[in-house]
Amino acid sequence: MLEVGNINSFYGKAHVLRDLSFDVPKGAVVALLGRNGAGKSTTMKSVMQIVRTASGLVRFEGQEISNLPPHKIAKLGIGYVPEDRRVFSDLTVVENLIVGFQPPREGSVTWTQDILFDLFPNLAERRNNRGKALSGGEQQMLTIARTLMGNPSLVLLDEPSEGVAPVIVEQMAQVITQLKSEGLTVLLSEQNLHFARAVADHAVIIESGARVYYGTLAELNANPDIRDAYLAA
Amino acid sequence: MEFFVAQILTGLANASSLFLVACGLSLIFGVTRIVNFAHGSLYMIGAYTGYSLMQVLPGAVGFWGAIVVAGLVVGLVGLLIEILVLRPVYRAPELFQLVATFGVILVIQDLALMIWGPEDLLGPRAPGLRGVVRIMGEPIPKYDIALLIITPFVAVALWYLITKTRLGVLVRAATQDREMVGALGVNQSWLFTGVFALGSALAGLGGALQLPKGGADLLMDFNILAPVFVVVVIGGMGSLPGAYLAAIIISVLNVFGVSYLPQSTLVLMFVVMIVVLMIRPYGLFGREEVAGEHGQVGEPERPIKPASNTVRMVVAAGLLVLALLPLYGSHFSLVLITDVLIFCLFAASLHFLLGTGGLVSFGHAAYYGGGAYVAALLVTHVDSQMELAFLLAPFGAGLAALSIGWVCLRLTGVYFAMLTLAFAQLIWSLVFQWGDFTGGDDGLVNIWPAQWLKDTTVYFYFTLVIATSGILILRHVAHSPFGYALRAARDSERQAEATGIDTRKVRLLAFGFAGFMGGLAGALFVFSKGSVFPNELEIARSFDALIVVFLGGVKTLAGGVVGAGFFKGIEELLIRFEYWRLLMGLLIIFVVIAAPDGVVGSLRKGMERVGLRRVEDQ
Repeated sequence: MLEVGNINSFYGKAHVLRDLSFDVPKGAVVALLGRNGAGKSTTMKSVMQIVRTASGLVRFEGQEISNLPPHKIAKLGIGYVPEDRRVFSDLTVVENLIVGFQPPREGSVTWTQDILFDLFPNLAERRNNRGKALSGGEQQMLTIARTLMGNPSLVLLDEPSEGVAPVIVEQMAQVITQLKSEGLTVLLSEQNLHFARAVADHAVIIESGARVYYGTLAELNANPDIRDAYLAA
Repeated sequence: MEFFVAQILTGLANASSLFLVACGLSLIFGVTRIVNFAHGSLYMIGAYTGYSLMQVLPGAVGFWGAIVVAGLVVGLVGLLIEILVLRPVYRAPELFQLVATFGVILVIQDLALMIWGPEDLLGPRAPGLRGVVRIMGEPIPKYDIALLIITPFVAVALWYLITKTRLGVLVRAATQDREMVGALGVNQSWLFTGVFALGSALAGLGGALQLPKGGADLLMDFNILAPVFVVVVIGGMGSLPGAYLAAIIISVLNVFGVSYLPQSTLVLMFVVMIVVLMIRPYGLFGREEVAGEHGQVGEPERPIKPASNTVRMVVAAGLLVLALLPLYGSHFSLVLITDVLIFCLFAASLHFLLGTGGLVSFGHAAYYGGGAYVAALLVTHVDSQMELAFLLAPFGAGLAALSIGWVCLRLTGVYFAMLTLAFAQLIWSLVFQWGDFTGGDDGLVNIWPAQWLKDTTVYFYFTLVIATSGILILRHVAHSPFGYALRAARDSERQAEATGIDTRKVRLLAFGFAGFMGGLAGALFVFSKGSVFPNELEIARSFDALIVVFLGGVKTLAGGVVGAGFFKGIEELLIRFEYWRLLMGLLIIFVVIAAPDGVVGSLRKGMERVGLRRVEDQ
């Protein structure tokens, strides 16, 4: 569904991604693993072209997208959930969802406010509160719900478990499992291997912006030395 | 009591077009982060277009139709400006876009002159609303009543658009985080264009609506700019209710001012603004500006270096050519180059503040004109000797800068810029309205240099030495420990604080120092011309310097001087043509689009690309 081929990305003169390649098969949950600063978030932003790739290919459902602006990529059906959440803090929960709205897309699930409020009951209670009044966990849910309003077929989840309470982490895992069962494809970046184990089928490990491992999670579990070499904990 | 009510009603009616123009500016700034200097020009086009349409369209339907169509036409003009001029420069460093809007001002001024001619046009009366009605015995023009009724409707319609529609939600979301809005599938470009067109249409509507009360003339673009900025800042950038309330406060105050304190109407507005900002730094309804929260554009600053030997030789050769000018140049060229040198020093002092200090001042003319006035006042009132007056002028300007900076530096970013503008306008209006002391509009004349400097050639050398020294000192300070501290505060305030730098003190000193140097330029100016008028303190003068600094290149040390020399030179050439503003405006827009790093920065990059200059390692 998503093919990333030999991409290179820079921040100014800093070379962040080096010839990075991996695939995300349709319907799969792929975990992008690596230490802090390995380039996980940059990979996500490079897929969205928020960070423009200097070279390499990014294909979504066979279409080259690395020459498109972010909003067109979003319109094709890629939903991006940023790591720092970036909730619109002056807008209410409902208004945040309105910003994310896109017309229903053939071949992917159609989300509505009501469905999302069922999925995230905490948000339903706070629908008229402003973004800035929400707790970290609620903001995390809101940013996922906001992205789902765009009816994406592929969701990029940047560190969904970061900085939220354990009970929320558990809820995130449930949400991801549900997204998968609805037929969505998910690419999530994680530092938390336990979390990735709970939800992902495939794993990509990156180190200093280059890929050092690509395979199923089952294989990764069978090779503890790889895990120990590239992942903390 | 009756009189009071009548005054308030008049004030409310006057608030109507001020509100429309201000909320347009506020909307545009909120979403695009562009301080649209050309907003006054859009207001002017609205007035002229409305006037022309009213000549053709008959009756009451024609009158009101003309106002609506004028708004639409200006909206369309705004659309074109956004697509043609602003779109190519959104990625340029922050605030660079405002230079482009300044180019638009010049272009529109000459286009208006071409189409509607130089005479002031008296606005037609509204059909059916010619007379007055008596409210508590006081006559109130019927048209005022109409405005009183219309404005709240427009305000509510706008409020509905912004708070209740999806478009409004997107606009507010984009005000907070444009990049995220784009990542959610919204085409920001069209959102920007739409908002710019809407803001422009509101300005046009405001221009057309005030026709029966005012009319149309070629000065209205700059005249509305100061009150509109004041309203937007008092209300809080991006807040509609704030703009409404502030427009009412300013207009009502103005009406009372005219009745009770006719000498201080202009001053009053700025005093209110300063008081409001001292109590509520982000305006009545504004929220704190978090600069560069997301999507910071532009490259990191390059480190500055002492000039290379090649550059030193080029500068020395240039100075030699200038020093020999009296041998081959005409009298006129001496006068011209004297002007250019003074302007270079003025621009360099602003560049120091902007480039090295990262402090964008919209009111630097206060210190340039201030220096000129200090010298002129000393000569006029205490019969001071020229040398003494010349020496004291920069100190006067520097002191003014220190005290104004002390207040302004409580704020940052656009609010800081606006407050410096307000203070500059305050000084301008003081000088303009305090005729007994400052000569008012008639200025101060007979301010001639001492006997030994009377000769044009001698004064030219005098200017060459002073201006060059001033520029070199400014440059030297940038390389001194003080300059290091200032740049540290610019690049990372927190880091600088943590290193033990008192950033506020450093900035205040820089502000005072830049004011001092601006005042020095002003002193050179006043003795070269023999007179000074309030227009040396005007917004337009501040903008002149701002424009050349940006065009020359904020991020390059030589930017201010090169920009000033280059553009002042071109202006002197173009000014012989009837429509020189049009040419100058187009040139500015062209440079902004073609050379987003400024003349110096883009030259440097170009040379690096073709290999004439080594790429700096970082």
